[in-house]
Amino acid sequence: MNTLLEVSGVSVSFDGFRAINNLSLQIAEPELRAVIGPNGAGKTTFMDIVTGKTRPDTGRVLWGEKSVSLLSMSESRIARAGIGRKFQKPTVFEAQTVRENLAMALRNPRGPFKVLFYREGSAAAGRIAALADEIGLSDALQRPAGELSHGQKQWLEIGMLLAQEPRLLLVDEPAAGMTLIERERTTELLQRAARTRAVIVVEHDMDFVRRLGCKVTVLHEGAVLAEGSLDHVTQNRDVIDVYLGR
Amino acid sequence: MPDQATPTRPFAARHPSVLWFIAALALFTLGVTVLSEATGVGLISTSFVKTLGKMLCLCLVAIAMDVVWGYCGILSLGHFAFFGLGGYAIGMWLMYARTEQIVLDQMTNEVLPPTGTEIKDAIGAQIFGVVGATDFPVIWAFSHSLTLQLLMVVLVPGLLALVFGWLAFRARVAGVYLSILTQAMTLALALYLFQNDSGLRGNNGLSGLQNLPGLESVPQAQVSIWFFWGSALALGLGYLLFAWVVSGKIGSVIRGIRDDEARVCFLGYNVEGYKLFVFTLTAVVAGVGGALYYPQAGIINPAEVAPIASIYLAVWVAIGGRGRLYGAVIGAALVSVLSSWFTGGGAPDVDLGVYTIRWTDWWLVLLGVGFVAVTLFFPKGIGGLFDLVAHRVAPVRVGDYGPDDGAKRKEEGPAE
Repeated sequence: MNTLLEVSGVSVSFDGFRAINNLSLQIAEPELRAVIGPNGAGKTTFMDIVTGKTRPDTGRVLWGEKSVSLLSMSESRIARAGIGRKFQKPTVFEAQTVRENLAMALRNPRGPFKVLFYREGSAAAGRIAALADEIGLSDALQRPAGELSHGQKQWLEIGMLLAQEPRLLLVDEPAAGMTLIERERTTELLQRAARTRAVIVVEHDMDFVRRLGCKVTVLHEGAVLAEGSLDHVTQNRDVIDVYLGR
Repeated sequence: MPDQATPTRPFAARHPSVLWFIAALALFTLGVTVLSEATGVGLISTSFVKTLGKMLCLCLVAIAMDVVWGYCGILSLGHFAFFGLGGYAIGMWLMYARTEQIVLDQMTNEVLPPTGTEIKDAIGAQIFGVVGATDFPVIWAFSHSLTLQLLMVVLVPGLLALVFGWLAFRARVAGVYLSILTQAMTLALALYLFQNDSGLRGNNGLSGLQNLPGLESVPQAQVSIWFFWGSALALGLGYLLFAWVVSGKIGSVIRGIRDDEARVCFLGYNVEGYKLFVFTLTAVVAGVGGALYYPQAGIINPAEVAPIASIYLAVWVAIGGRGRLYGAVIGAALVSVLSSWFTGGGAPDVDLGVYTIRWTDWWLVLLGVGFVAVTLFFPKGIGGLFDLVAHRVAPVRVGDYGPDDGAKRKEEGPAE
C-alpha cells in the first residue's frame, strides 16, 4: 500500500468562515475510506478541493507516485489524472441514453479532435456491455437516462465513474434516497471497486458506513476529529460529543 | 448482444432525418431549377430565385446557430456578425475586380498606356470616393485575389470567433453574460463598420455585388440560378457536416455541456476547448453562408451586422425548434420568407375602419407574438411536430423519483 493522495495542512475560508481548517488526510491505493461528519463539517468542500473546484488558501494536495500538486490543475485535468467524482444528487445526462452516458465516460482520449474522429471499436463496446452488466442496466442501454429510477441513476453514475477507470473515486452520499436492497447492491459495488483502487465515500448515514466496514475519518469544523475503525471512532469522546451533543 | 451492433449501422440508417432532409433539398432545388427563367419554364422570376437562394443561405447560418445554441447551449448573439464578415470578405473582391474592369475600360482611350499605380489609384478613387478617401486601407491588401479573399471568408470569422471565444470561455463567462458579451462584440463591429474611415465604405457598405467580374455578358437570370445551386450545395454539405458532428461521440459531449457543464468537466473533458471548437466551426460556416448570401443580395452594409440580425437568428431557431437541425432550417425558411412577404408589401392591409393594419409596420409585432407563443406553448418549436409523426413521445420522468419519493417506493425499479 502506497499513498495515492496526500492532503496536508489545507485551509479554506469563505467570507471569513473557515470551511476547512488545517485538514490533513492520506489515502492509500487500494483503500476504501468513509468520511463522516455532521452537516457543515467540510465534507463536500474537501471533495471540491481535491477535484479542483475550490482552491484552498493554504496547504498542499499531492497526487500519485510523483507527488504532483493538484492545486495548479484544472478540473478536467484532475479528472484525466485519475480522480472521479460522484455527486450527491445523481447527475447523469438525462436527455441521452444509458449507453451514450457510459460511452462518454469511457476512458479514452479527451481532446476535441480525437473525440470528433472517434470510432467505437469492439473493445469499447465490450467494456460498455460489461459495465452495464455490473450496474444492472444491461436491458436499459438504449433508454434515455432520464427515464431511470432514482436508484438506477445512482448506479449509472457509479458505472460512469468506473468507466473512467479512475485511481481515486470520490463518492458523495451514494445511498441517499435508496431502498434497502439498492443500498446493499451499492455497498457491494463500492467494495468491489475498492479492491483495485482508492475509494472515498462521504456519508452521514452510520448504518451505511457500518455496512462498508472500512476505516473511517470523522470530520468536524473542517478538521479531522478522529480516525480508525467505526467502532473505534464511535467510542471516541469527542465524536460522541459532536454527534450526540453534550 | 444487440446493442453492440448499433454503431456499425450506416450513418443514414441511424439518422433517417438526414436522408429526408437531403432528399427534400434536392427536390426543392430541382423544382426551382425547372421553374426558373434561365434553366426552365420561367414561372419563377429571377428576383424570386434570388430570394430563395438567400433563404437557403439563411438556413445555413440557422443550422450553425442551432449547433452552437440548441446543441451546445451557448446563446450566441454574434453569429450574424460572422455571416456579415463572410459577406464583406467576398464583397471586397467583387467590388475590386469589377471596379478594376471599369477603370481599365475607361483608360483604354487614353494616349499613354496607364501605369500600375495609376490604375490602382483610379480604382481606389472609384471605390472610396464616396467616403472622401482615395487610398486603399491595409485590410484591402488581398482584395485583388479571389483565392485570398475566399480564404478570408473562412479565416476572418474563424479567427475572430477563436480569439473572442478563447477569451470568453477561458474566463468562464457563460449563460446570459456570454450572450451579452457576444452582442457587445456584434454592436462594436457594426459601430466600427459604420465609420467612414473603417476602410469598408462606412454606412454605404459594398454594393454592386450581384455583378460578377468577367461575366458581364451572362444574364442575371443565369447568375441567380448558379448562386441558388451554390447555396443549396452549401446548405446540404453544411447539414451533413453538422449532422455528423452532433451525432457522434463529440455530439454526446456537446449536448452534455449544454445540460450539465460541470459534470462533463469532471468526466475529464476540457469544456472550454469543446465550446471553442463549436463556436469557431459554426462561425466559419456562418461566414460561408454570408459569402453566398450577399452576392445574391447585391449589397452589404453595416446595418446587416447590427445586433438585431443575430437576435432574429435566435428567433428563427427557437420557432423552428432548437436541438434539431431540420427545425432550424424550417424556422429560418418560414420566417425569412414570411418576413419578405409581409415587409415587401405582399400581405394585403387589413382595414379595421378606425385603423388600418399595415403589415410593413405590424410584421414585427406579429413575429414577436409568434415568438412568445412558441416559447410558451410549443417549446420544441415547429420541428417538434415531427415527433408526433416519427415516434411516440417519450415519457418525461426528469425530476420524478427524487430521493424521498424513490425511497418510499415499495418495489425496486423495473425488474432486471
